[in-house]
Formats: sequence, C-alpha cells, structure tokens
Amino acid sequence: MARATRVFRNLYRDSVSLMQLSAKLGALAGVRQASAIMATPGNLDLLREAGLAPGDVAAGPNDLLVALEGEDEDALEAALAATETEFTRPAARSQDGPRRTPPRSLEMALQEAASANLALISTPGDYAAAEAMKALRLGLNVMLFSDNVPQSDEIALKRYARAHDLLVMGPDCGTAIIGGVPLGFANVVRRGEIGVIAASGTGLQQVTCLIDRWGQGISQAIGTGGHDLSAEVGGITMLQGLEALVADPATRVIVLISKPPHPTVAERVLSAASGTGKPIVVNFLGADPDAVRRDNVHPVRTLEDAARLAVVLAGGAEVEAGAVRPDGAPAAELAPGQRYVRGLYSGGTFCYEALLLLTDAFGPIASNTPLKRELMLADVWRSQRHTVVDLGDDAFTRGRPHPMIDQTLRRERILQEAADPEVAVILFDVVLGYGAHPDPASELAVTLAEAKAQARAAGRGLALVGSVCGTAGDPQDLPRQEAALREAGVLLADSNAQAVRLAARIAAQHPSEPGR
Amino acid sequence: MNPLFQEELQVVNVGLPAFAEAIRTAGGTAVQVEWTPPGQGDPQVAHRLAGLIRHPAVEAANQQAFAAYQSAQPALEGIAPARAAVPDMGERTILHSGPPIAWARMCGPVQGAIIGAILYEGWAPSQAEAIALIERGEIDFAPCHQHRAVGPMAGVISPSMPVWVVLNREHGNRAYCNLNEGLGKVLRFGANSPDVIDRLKWMAAVLAPTLAKALDALGGVELKPLMAQALHMGDEVHNRNVAASGLLLKRLVPALLRIDAAPADIAAVAEFIAGNDHFFLNLSMAACKAMLDAAAGVPGSSMVTAMARNGVDFGIRLSGTGEAWFTAPAPVVDGLLFPGYSTADAAPDLGDSAITETAGVGGFAMAASPAIVQFVGGSPQDAIANTEEMAHITLGRNGALTLPAIDFAGTPAGIDARKVVDTGIAPIINTGIAHRQAGIGQIGAGITRAPLACFAQAVVDLAGRIGG
Repeated sequence: MARATRVFRNLYRDSVSLMQLSAKLGALAGVRQASAIMATPGNLDLLREAGLAPGDVAAGPNDLLVALEGEDEDALEAALAATETEFTRPAARSQDGPRRTPPRSLEMALQEAASANLALISTPGDYAAAEAMKALRLGLNVMLFSDNVPQSDEIALKRYARAHDLLVMGPDCGTAIIGGVPLGFANVVRRGEIGVIAASGTGLQQVTCLIDRWGQGISQAIGTGGHDLSAEVGGITMLQGLEALVADPATRVIVLISKPPHPTVAERVLSAASGTGKPIVVNFLGADPDAVRRDNVHPVRTLEDAARLAVVLAGGAEVEAGAVRPDGAPAAELAPGQRYVRGLYSGGTFCYEALLLLTDAFGPIASNTPLKRELMLADVWRSQRHTVVDLGDDAFTRGRPHPMIDQTLRRERILQEAADPEVAVILFDVVLGYGAHPDPASELAVTLAEAKAQARAAGRGLALVGSVCGTAGDPQDLPRQEAALREAGVLLADSNAQAVRLAARIAAQHPSEPGR
Repeated sequence: MNPLFQEELQVVNVGLPAFAEAIRTAGGTAVQVEWTPPGQGDPQVAHRLAGLIRHPAVEAANQQAFAAYQSAQPALEGIAPARAAVPDMGERTILHSGPPIAWARMCGPVQGAIIGAILYEGWAPSQAEAIALIERGEIDFAPCHQHRAVGPMAGVISPSMPVWVVLNREHGNRAYCNLNEGLGKVLRFGANSPDVIDRLKWMAAVLAPTLAKALDALGGVELKPLMAQALHMGDEVHNRNVAASGLLLKRLVPALLRIDAAPADIAAVAEFIAGNDHFFLNLSMAACKAMLDAAAGVPGSSMVTAMARNGVDFGIRLSGTGEAWFTAPAPVVDGLLFPGYSTADAAPDLGDSAITETAGVGGFAMAASPAIVQFVGGSPQDAIANTEEMAHITLGRNGALTLPAIDFAGTPAGIDARKVVDTGIAPIINTGIAHRQAGIGQIGAGITRAPLACFAQAVVDLAGRIGG
C-alpha cells in the first residue's frame, strides 16, 4: 500500500467541486481512497478520521490538499497527474442550452400551444375518462379514441361538454376529420361542403371516401362513438354535432350514420334534423326508411347511397345508382356445389352492412356479430353456409393487433375458406388511411392468388370480391392498392354495398340446396 | 356556439404518438404529451385529480394562499428559549423533524439526538436512563411543524434550547428554528457525546444571549432581502449558505461591537459564526416556514405548505387540508459521499430543511447555485434546467427572489400538488446525507426527489373535502 499527498498553494475550489474531485480520483484504477480538501484545521481532522492522515504536511486554509491511498506509487502518480489535468481543463462548452422538459400533462401542453382546441386521447381506458375530463375543464374539445370507458363516465363527460359548449367525440371514436385534418384512423379526403356525423368509424370512412371518389368534399366529419345513440347517453354528441354543422356556413349538406338508434333518441335526432333548413341524409343501417323520413330528411339504405345522395344534394354529378360494377362478373368457373359467400371483414360496419344485404338475398346469415342472437356461429373459427365475420371483433383481436393493421389472421382464414368446396365467393374489405397497414393490398394479393391456385388445383373456381375504402390522397394510395388487387384476380367494387351485391349475384347462380 | 369549426385545428395528443405524426404529415399541428398514468397508475387518483383541474374553488384558494406566501415579510426578531417562545411547548416536550413518528420507528440519528436532548436538559444522567424515561412514556414527542417550528436533520428541539424567532411582519405569524451547531459531531446528526452537550450549553449560555442583545440593538434583520442577495451570490440557501452566512455576519458584527458584553464572548460568537458556512441555514428555514405558514389553512388550496422527513417517512401538508400529513417512505439520497463512506451507510432522507424547496429556494433555486448541481455530476445548464422543470409544478414565481442565470426571473414557488400528480414531476430537494447510525454525522450531500405517493394521497384527500 502507498500513500501520497500534494499541496496546491493558494488554490481555492468549492467544497462541492472538491467532493466531486475526490470521488473521481477514488474511482481511478489502483486508488483505494482519495480526498481533496481545503486544508482548514477542521478538514484536516476529518482527513485523519478517514485514515488519510497527511502527517506533517505544511498546508493552511488557503491551500488545496490532495491525499491519496493506493496500491502502488504508479497509481498515485497517475492520480496526481489527473488532478493537475482537472485543475487546468478548459471550460466545457455546452452546445444546446438547458434541457427542456417536454409536456408531461395536458396543462403543460397548453403552455406550448395556447391556441390548442382539441385533445385526442388514446390512453388505456382506465385513465381515458380522467384525461378527457381534464381536457374539457381546460376548455378543449375531445376526441376519445380509447374504448372500455364506462357508460357513466361517457354520460358525465358529454353532459359537462354540452354545458360548456364543447364537443366530446367518443369514447371508442376511431376516426374524425376536423378542419380538414384527419384524426385517428382517418382518410385524406378533399375539403368540401358535406358534413358527416357518424356513430361508426368505418361507416364514416366509407361515406367520406366515396364522396371524395365522386368529386365532392367534406367540411367536417364528426365521430360520436358507438354508444352515443343509446337511451342512456341520449345522442348528446350527434345532437350537438348537428347543431354545429347547421350553424357552419361551410356545410351545405349533412349526413348522419348509425346503427338504428334507440327509438326515443332516433325521434329526437330526426325532429332536430327536420327543422334545420339544410338537407339531411340519414343512414340508420337497417332501419325502416318510412320511420326515418321527414321534411328535409332523406333516408338511405346503404353507406354508398348516403354518399351518392349527399354528392347530388351538394351539387355534384349524378353517380349511376344501384349499378353493380364490375359488370358481367365471371362465375362460369365455379363448380356445381360452390354456392356460399364467406365475408371476412376488418371493418365492423362493413360487416354489418354485408349482413343486412346478404340477408335480403339469402335469408338469415351466420356471424360472430349476427343480426339476431340465434345466428351466432357455434365456433367463430369455422364458417357455416353463408357466413360473414367481423375479424376486428373482440373474439378475434384479444391479444392480437386489429386486422386493419395486421392481416395474418385474415390471410389464414382466406386459405381456410378457399379449401371449402362449397365456397363460391370470398368477400372482403380493405381499409386505407392513417393508422392502417402501410400496404395491405400487396400483402393480401399474395394470399388471394394462393387461394385461387388452391381452388384451381382442386378443380374449382373461386370468386374474390372486395372493395377498398380509401382515397388517392391516403398514404397507401387508392389507385395503387386497387391495381394490386385487380392483378390478383379480385373483382373490385367502388363500395362495400356494391361488393356485397356482386358477391350475392355470383353465389345465387348456384343456389343453395332447396328447402333450406 | 362552439367555434371549433371556425378555427384552425390545433391538437394536443395524449396517447399513441403515431396519431400526432399523422396529423403533422397531413399538414395539421399537434403537440404530443409524454403521458404516464397519474398517481402511479391508480385510476381513482386520476379521476379525483381530473375533478380538481380548473376547479374554481381550488383556483381561488390557491390564488389567496400564493398571495399570502408572496407578501410575507419574514424578519429575524430575536432569540429565546424554546419553552418561552414555541407555542404549546410542554415541560417534557421534545420536537423532531418530519411527520409524526413513534420512538420505536425513529431512525438512528433522531433517536441519538433525542437522547442527547434529554442529557442536555438533565432529565436523565445517562443514555440508558434516558431511554428508560422514553419507554415509560414520560417524554412527549411532536413534529416541529406542529409547533410552527422547523429543524434541520433530526430537528430536535427541547425546552431550554434557544430558537430563532422569525416574525412575518406582513401577517403577524412567527416561526422558530434551533441554531446551527456546525459540522462534525453534532446533535442534529444524532451525536450526544459530552462535547456535543457542552457545545449546546455554550450556545444557550453565551451564543444566544449575546446574539439576542445584538439583534435588539439592530431592531431585527429583514430576511427576504438577505436571501435575495445570497441567491445572487451563488447560494440556494439550503445546501449552500456560505454567502448568506457571510451577509448575516456582516450585519451582526457592528452591533456585536456596540453591545454590553464580554469581549471574549463577542469574539467567541463571531468566530463560531465565521467558522460555519451553514450558520444561516436554520434562519433560511425559519424564514421559509414563516412565509409558508402565512399560506396555510386556506380551504380548497392545493398549495404545498410543508415537505419534511424524519429519516423513515417523507410527509407533506397542503394549505387546504389542515394539519393532515400525507406520507410515503423517505427516499435514499443520490449524492456525493465523503471518503470512506458508501450508500449503504446513508440514512434515508431526513430533516425539515425541505421547507426551503417548499418555499421555492433550495433545489428550486438551483439555477442560482451551479456549484450544488455538481453533487450529481451536473453542469450549470442542468442547474437551470432543474429550476425551470420546477416551474411546471408551481403556482407562480417569487418576484422577490430572483435568479440571475434565468434572466433575473423569480424562483418557481408554491408547489401545486395537482400539477405534481398530473405531470409526474416530483419536487427536487437538495440535501445533506446523514449516517444511518447516531452520532457519526454528515457523510455527504446530494439531490433527491419528493415521493409522488404523498401528492397522490393529498390530491385524493383534497378532492374529498371539496367534493370535486
């Protein structure tokens, strides 16, 4: 063991600097203990207590003393050299000012963006209502993407918002377009004079994309979340949205989309809609049109019809109504016995629409999200006769990403259906836009081509029918996606409704066995 | 009518960052919040907190509490024995730092200091008999804070110890603190050997009466301007008090030379003060306590009026929740240790000195004192960043206590418990580190953070009181 001390005459360092130097020297290889002090009598006492007795070194309170204990002389020499270097080092130059704390709360974010007017909240459901309430109390409108928010919280949030002239979109609101900005899973649509309020995310996407495809644009698209039109919530968001769009000079035509609301809520919404002076197109999927019709209120059966009528009311060109495109679907390759449609959906509302339209054509349809409880699939992983499944439903997404993001499950199911000799048509949707898979068509095309080849090898044909919900402005580029699917042999329709009708027509060429 | 559709959309994104990126790609503007679940993941805390955001009663109460803190004018009035000065000080009362704690749970330094106080008072002739006295329940223990007092480290005050008396001239409330003994073997680190007791007796017999005379001659000392000046001289008046101690001595010496006292005593007093760079700490603490007590007791206020530690528990009090303590385990301090010691030797965070951070100095005024940030290897830029970070959890800035390094802006002050829970930014505390065994003394110094759990409890309690 070796010891060394060095005195630096009339050299002052702050005690903190000295503690730091001591720690630095003590960490050097071969150094067991190190202490740098101003050599006051008190400090020298402390040094003796620490076992670093400096002996009879002559040093006073204005002198800096370094005392070392280490394995050998060389280690101590190196440490003393390091001390010299430390005392003569140049000032550190800081490149970029003090570190800034990024916003850690809504309130902090408002200090950075004082004119913010909407909070988009996608935290886990347990915390989402609290964040939304904070946002409202801070004067922000809210889009609540999160799901699993209790109904009592939804009601409290919406009532607070209504009383303070703010809007709550959601909970479970997947998409909206406000001031031309796509929010959540939304498409890039051109701006225009049609306002949309939808309780369904994919419903909103389908209508806004078709309006874009047909040359008109969107003023605002408001999502209400799927529970807004229940008796308990009372349609607060849809009624507020309606009032706001009626007052908005940039909106000329309004489209309302929902599954059939609770009757009292439907009545409230429709009577509010009727008195506005602006034409209102209403698609309450599956509702009786006569129950919906009012002055200024135009009921339509499908999302496509809603878009088509809105385009016309906004002064756009007539889009050929009811036409099934592409025409003359080739079904000739189908073998006898191939008679069922299998719908494999990623969008819940597309699935629902398919169930409605296929029920018209074939009667009751089995599903994991059926129109009637008794039509629930016994096993959601196995289709029976005509079957339409929503692969975005909890039954399939538990522990997995949504099929709009990850198509693995759907690709497996496509091959499973293609192997069934009774299947005539595989029907599907593809949803584009922010948040969705970056290139769904080319991935799907590989599987679809494989499915076709598999059927052909078994001596059968297989019709692939689908539609792409998206726009040319979307990051995935609608024309490119459609081209990839056509190349894979998909019969592409402009809308889901058209695709469903086409699928039904193909399957009907080989009717199901009589009496069933 | 909601103007949302007539304005340009500006989004605050809480959650999936991809949504903010999409908005920006599409030409919109979005600010991303670095969100973590408030209240360490307890949804109930998040819910109660939400109800307090922009709550009119809380806002009004905070305004009132903060204004009282800001307008307070603490002045050193004098020195008196605790028994005479400190309210409700019983004949066998011993005060300690931090939230309430029973003898059996106390940390080593606090137990050692209490034994020392009993020996000093002459209530028992030996350590063993002092402990027997305590175990028979003959000593009343109470937190300093419950008697308008504060004390660094163990914070032990017994009836015949002299205390600083600080008067808030604006509101008339007084605060008390014991006198700083210096470094090394001292009572506040649990030492109770005869030399420690002798020093305490000298402080009561010579130091206190001599200073009392000098203060009488001076007519008191205004503390806020003195602290403000020290902040401009590199102190943050918690872990660094060298400038403030010098300024105080500069005020005292002319008065000391005029009073009727033995020259030897005057010399001893001046030497004692000059030899202790932390002499001002206890006055800084009393001044902060006086300012914060002025803000206490405003119903509905979420302003923190005390942060204190007893070496086992860390506790806070809010203006709007009365005498209630909200506690969590005291953290271990991250810092620089004197040679020969390791983290395993360190007692958990100890002392009432976090009253300085509560009042906006100490760690909150780190920008004034870059030397201190070296305790954790930081740079002057980090010192500024620490101060500015604290501005996100405070109600305002103290315009009387300005910091040159941030363009002479006031130090961030008035901790809002709501903001602490909402942001997850815990108050920074600069502090000394005590050895976990009684009597060894200070083994280092460093920086720590107040535990967030205290603030979550406080927010839930406040929400319950308000019905928010």
